[in-house]
Amino acid sequence: MRELSYQEMGLPEEEYEQIKTIMGREPNYLELGMWAVMWSEHCGYKNSRPLLKQFPTEGPQVIQGPGENAGVVDIGDGQALVFKIESHNHPSAIEPYQGAATGVGGIVRDIFTMGARPIALLNSLRFGELDDPQVRELFAGVVAGIAGYGNCLGIPTVAGEVYFHPSYKGNPLVNAMCVGLVNIDEIALAVASEAGSPIMMVGAKTGRDGIHGATFASEELSESSREKRPSVQVGDPFMEKLLIEACLELIQEDLVAGMQDLGAAGLTSSIAETAGKKGMGVEIDVLRVPRREKGMTPYEVMISESQERMLIVPRQGKEQRIKEIFAKWGLDATVIGQVTDSGMFRVFEGERLAGEVPVESLTGGCPVYTRVGEEPPYYREYRSFNPDSLPPYSYQKALEELLGTPSIASKRWVYTQYDYQVMTNTAVVPGDGDAAVLRVKGTAKGVAMTTDGNSRLVYLDPYQGGKLAVCEAARNLACVGARPLALTNCLNFGSPEKPHIYWQMKNAIRGMAEAARVLDTPVVSGNVSLYNETAAGAIYPTPVIGMVGLINDIEHRCDMGFKQEGDIIVMLGRRRDELGGSEYLYRCHGVESGAVPVADLDEEKRLIELLLELIREGVLCSCHDISDGGLAVALAESALKGQKGFEIQVTDNGRPLDGILFSEAPGRVVVSFKDNQMIAVKEKAGQYGIGIQVLGEVKGEDMVLKCAKKEVIRLSLEQAGKIWGEAIECCMK
Amino acid sequence: MKASIYVTLKEGVLDPQGEAVKKSLHLLGYDNVDEVRMGKYIEIWLQGSDPKKTVRELEEMSDKLLANPVIEKFRVELEGE
Repeated sequence: MRELSYQEMGLPEEEYEQIKTIMGREPNYLELGMWAVMWSEHCGYKNSRPLLKQFPTEGPQVIQGPGENAGVVDIGDGQALVFKIESHNHPSAIEPYQGAATGVGGIVRDIFTMGARPIALLNSLRFGELDDPQVRELFAGVVAGIAGYGNCLGIPTVAGEVYFHPSYKGNPLVNAMCVGLVNIDEIALAVASEAGSPIMMVGAKTGRDGIHGATFASEELSESSREKRPSVQVGDPFMEKLLIEACLELIQEDLVAGMQDLGAAGLTSSIAETAGKKGMGVEIDVLRVPRREKGMTPYEVMISESQERMLIVPRQGKEQRIKEIFAKWGLDATVIGQVTDSGMFRVFEGERLAGEVPVESLTGGCPVYTRVGEEPPYYREYRSFNPDSLPPYSYQKALEELLGTPSIASKRWVYTQYDYQVMTNTAVVPGDGDAAVLRVKGTAKGVAMTTDGNSRLVYLDPYQGGKLAVCEAARNLACVGARPLALTNCLNFGSPEKPHIYWQMKNAIRGMAEAARVLDTPVVSGNVSLYNETAAGAIYPTPVIGMVGLINDIEHRCDMGFKQEGDIIVMLGRRRDELGGSEYLYRCHGVESGAVPVADLDEEKRLIELLLELIREGVLCSCHDISDGGLAVALAESALKGQKGFEIQVTDNGRPLDGILFSEAPGRVVVSFKDNQMIAVKEKAGQYGIGIQVLGEVKGEDMVLKCAKKEVIRLSLEQAGKIWGEAIECCMK
Repeated sequence: MKASIYVTLKEGVLDPQGEAVKKSLHLLGYDNVDEVRMGKYIEIWLQGSDPKKTVRELEEMSDKLLANPVIEKFRVELEGE
């Protein structure tokens, strides 16, 4: 393999100079490679660290915040949830199936490394528009890859989201989230130990896979990315399954002092992060690393990103027992080196010292850039756009078009490829509710989880959009009856070196932090994916929220489907007719503009409390939040899920009805309940200071919306079901 | 004409299927097996008078559909050539 220069490895000149100063000499090729991967954005967070500091990370429910492999929250009874979301955008753009599959593999390792058994997978995906055959190929490959890996592991993929927008053409987003369950006294942290402890490697053999994955992830995608293609990693879920079982057994027997998976930047990163934590040093011999390919250089061994490998630092004297357990699972554990107290990361090739780098500077010394963002000119222009200036559009046609829009249409084509029932704990399955609900066997509890992020809103107004993403995730959990506990996020942006992009990032993070603080959902883990750009420009700024919540008694849960003829349908929340940034404006008027509706965080919090109380007391028959497509789409989805029609009256409020029908303003949900609960609902809503609008009732087999007794929309369940249910299937034929 | 196309993983790409087969062969007692790499063999019957052009066409098919050029390589053979 041709040797790369420091620039080609992604190091700017000033950083190279800094490295020379730290080392007191020129680094050799191996050392340079180690610096480059560790000081990439992916590992070093050099552009995002100062911004991430704004996130609230503490709370009584938080057991472990950011800084470990994953965050941990308390769910009572001595149990905790371990969870994190991570991107695998660039590998998926190059090889969709393997890119997505290894993305799942990586996030699962982060979870069981903490000692938790993975119980659920989620994802958040973004692609270009489906009329493009290349996009269809990417979409099909990514979904198949997630399914292939997750299904083989026997972990259910229970929830997710998919959006289609031209800004993702050529740069899809593939964010995978994993949730694990652990007994609090069995949580394992990646801390290594005293000098003299051996360092073991276990799992797959090392090949030349993914060399430069981490530096590659921090570069813009270009035509020349094709040349870097031999670096594609291939996943082996069966190997991963063995690792899960073996590693959890080690933790249960309390045999390990430190455990770390090998992800981006391979051995370099996992060793540095394990040893670097306590100011220790480390010595390893690359010749002892089991290899799959011949003639690998120390450089290649140290930065290879071969999948399904783990690093283990055994407790004193437990080496033999660890080998026995691995042997039982058909795995070889090999000692490749040891922990020292030198503070140096020394790499030997047999007797020869191939390179040495101070660990501390490798991990903690990564330079941090606080940049100055600049407000892009589009911001003010779009904000002042008034949707009332648009020509009228048929409400009936608008609803039909929205239901048939792939971003809103049923995601059945996607989730039927996933095994979402394996482990038999999934109580609210994909498509049934606003979030997935899983039972925690042996208890009455349920846990709920969701992923959310509307990038158009973030693009138009990063600060408001950031707040809205957190609000929607929390509201979705409340809609199934779960109290939101904490969140993880994946921050997908373009190049932070561009002032407009940095401005988007800065403001989106500020908005998310503020919402997370008010809604008491601290950020416990996350991942940053920058440089998501192609020749055509940057992706829409896409912070994705993964949130988990708790239901004390799983019997008190709710889904979105209407249940019975005659049930009352109401909207909880303030009437808001704002259309800024809505899918309706985009699909029906071709406009992505307008002032983004402002989230009232205090109101959102009260709405969540109200929903939790109503669901706990068994008042609600259905509950569904109003988001993409607005009230009309929310009603249609509840109708389609329950296979029951409705008749609704809306008032015009002195302006066209498109506002009430298609506004995506936050803080509103559609609920249904038995008619004898009307007084109770009104009273409770009053107590929490939440507005209530009686809309109509569950009725017949048509969806009927009227204004002043005149029908504005009538659509049969069958017809709507066809449009909404088959939109994606039709594109993918 | 009949064409044979061999699609195999590129050198260095992990082959979990091959690994599994190798393990099974070892279990059956074939200890002399060092490595197994799996691929696929495709037969295509097609019309054409100019073998050079046909091979080019087959290579195009392989590149676009039959193989995944990101991780696989292929070899085209035309019968009777």
